[in-house]
Amino acid sequence: MTPAAPVTPARLPTLLLLVCLMAFLAMPEAFSGLFAPLTRNGAAPIYTQAPLLFLTLNHLALVAAGTLAATIAAVGLAIATTRLAGLSFLPLARAVANIGQTFPPVAVLALTVPIFGFGPVPTLVALFLYGLLPIFETTLTGLTELAPEAREAATACGMTETQRLMKVELPLALPLILSGIRLSAVIALATATIGSTVAASTLGEVIISGLLTGNTAFVLQGGLVVAALAILLNEGFMLLEAIAARRAGRPSAKG
Amino acid sequence: MIDFDSVSRLYGDRPAVADVSLRVGTGEIAVIVGTSGSGKTTLLRMVNRLVEPSSGRILIGGRDNRTLPAHALRRGIGYAIQGHGLFPHRTVAENIATVPSLLGWDAKRISARVDELLSLFHLDPALFRDRMPHQLSGGQQQRIGVARALAAEPPVLLMDEPFGALDPIIREKAQEDLLAIQKAYGTTIILVTHDMDEALHLGTRIGVMDAGRLVQYDVPHAIVAAPATDFVRSLLGAGDRAFHLLSLSTVEEMIESGEAPGAAIPADMSMRAALSESLWSRREALPVAKDGRVIGRVTRAALERRGAGPQ
Repeated sequence: MTPAAPVTPARLPTLLLLVCLMAFLAMPEAFSGLFAPLTRNGAAPIYTQAPLLFLTLNHLALVAAGTLAATIAAVGLAIATTRLAGLSFLPLARAVANIGQTFPPVAVLALTVPIFGFGPVPTLVALFLYGLLPIFETTLTGLTELAPEAREAATACGMTETQRLMKVELPLALPLILSGIRLSAVIALATATIGSTVAASTLGEVIISGLLTGNTAFVLQGGLVVAALAILLNEGFMLLEAIAARRAGRPSAKG
Repeated sequence: MIDFDSVSRLYGDRPAVADVSLRVGTGEIAVIVGTSGSGKTTLLRMVNRLVEPSSGRILIGGRDNRTLPAHALRRGIGYAIQGHGLFPHRTVAENIATVPSLLGWDAKRISARVDELLSLFHLDPALFRDRMPHQLSGGQQQRIGVARALAAEPPVLLMDEPFGALDPIIREKAQEDLLAIQKAYGTTIILVTHDMDEALHLGTRIGVMDAGRLVQYDVPHAIVAAPATDFVRSLLGAGDRAFHLLSLSTVEEMIESGEAPGAAIPADMSMRAALSESLWSRREALPVAKDGRVIGRVTRAALERRGAGPQ
């Protein structure tokens, strides 16, 4: 009765964007002509100190690692808070997640470099902290505010706390949790660029290099790749959310 | 079967349920009636420990309901609520199978039980087993909710306004289904409602709750004939008392010998319906038939006497 995830006309621009991005990352030199007008004094139009594909993969890996860690911590924190013993724990958990969100990532980098040295770790810490809040809040909402009748029925049917969590609460909360992860991942994608100031290998390298040498072409291509990744990641997660919502028996959820 | 022994439940200083004692015998349908805030739902929820009493105790089959861990207790008690509370992410079959799965029934037995219950509620298993709750009508969802509550053949079934969200025609059908199922399994049922008509229709005993207290607990006849307080009287609705009384009995117990004109009425017709038929068809007496054979008659005068209140 429910149709399979469709490739509707609305998704066509997304597919087009994906194709363009892959083509650019595979053969950046082919696009030299496009970026050449943005350079001055015969500077290189395409960044070549490191392959763009390599930087992109590093960038994505860093985002994935940071978001995954944030997901595990935030979902765990939210579950702990919603259990009976954890209710008094809520203000503290919320405070931790809030501080992570409000503390500027640049300051996190400045504080962690003396501890972990230059490289990807300070950026990872910044992404992790920055990603906690959206996932924590959406998971909390998903676990506490969705389908109160179904949750009560689970208890009344004789499920234990753990069974109720695994069989009812988490499956129903999954679309919301995914939307939190999507937010964190998209934010992390942009935030990761500043990691290059402390020697993490990300697409920020291209942008910074452009800034230092006054090469607008570098700045633009770094920025465009990050923007394209953000749009694609966002779309991908939206698709997952729609599937999860349908599985959760909410066919009306937008997807 | 179920004994409430001086049960109270306080929220802060306010008693939601105050010192209620009552006994529900095996195979009875005890209907608890009251306005919202009367404590009737709280009373019900203390049976399967969704709410714990502040004092007093509840015995099920002679055993304190706190001897088992709460989750184990609940697997032995069916629970159906208004708005059904189905798991939206699970199919009809998975919903019904909830408690049997928790109890570790094998797949074959579960599947057979699911099909049996679907058939019992007039839903074709082949058609409905794999549907999702959102693909069902309100009446179908409600039936699945009750089927889920009955899945593991619990000796006790708790129902909280189970028919409240249904339209009148479907509600009447659901009530008939419930009576038939109760008869088939002999389940002891406690049902909570705000609707006195529903209580009179379904209950073998009716308890009336007012501000946390049980003000009357008796058979339907006694509730109608002798309401204990003005509150009970007001729930009955002053204008309908005679008809309530007549609706509780069938004409079978008042058949007299003699002739009467026109078409016969069945012996299991309620006195209320018989009086209505007598008025409508302008007949002073109606022939009564049982198993297709006329066995006597009822007179309007006799029906009127049965509807008369105490002097």
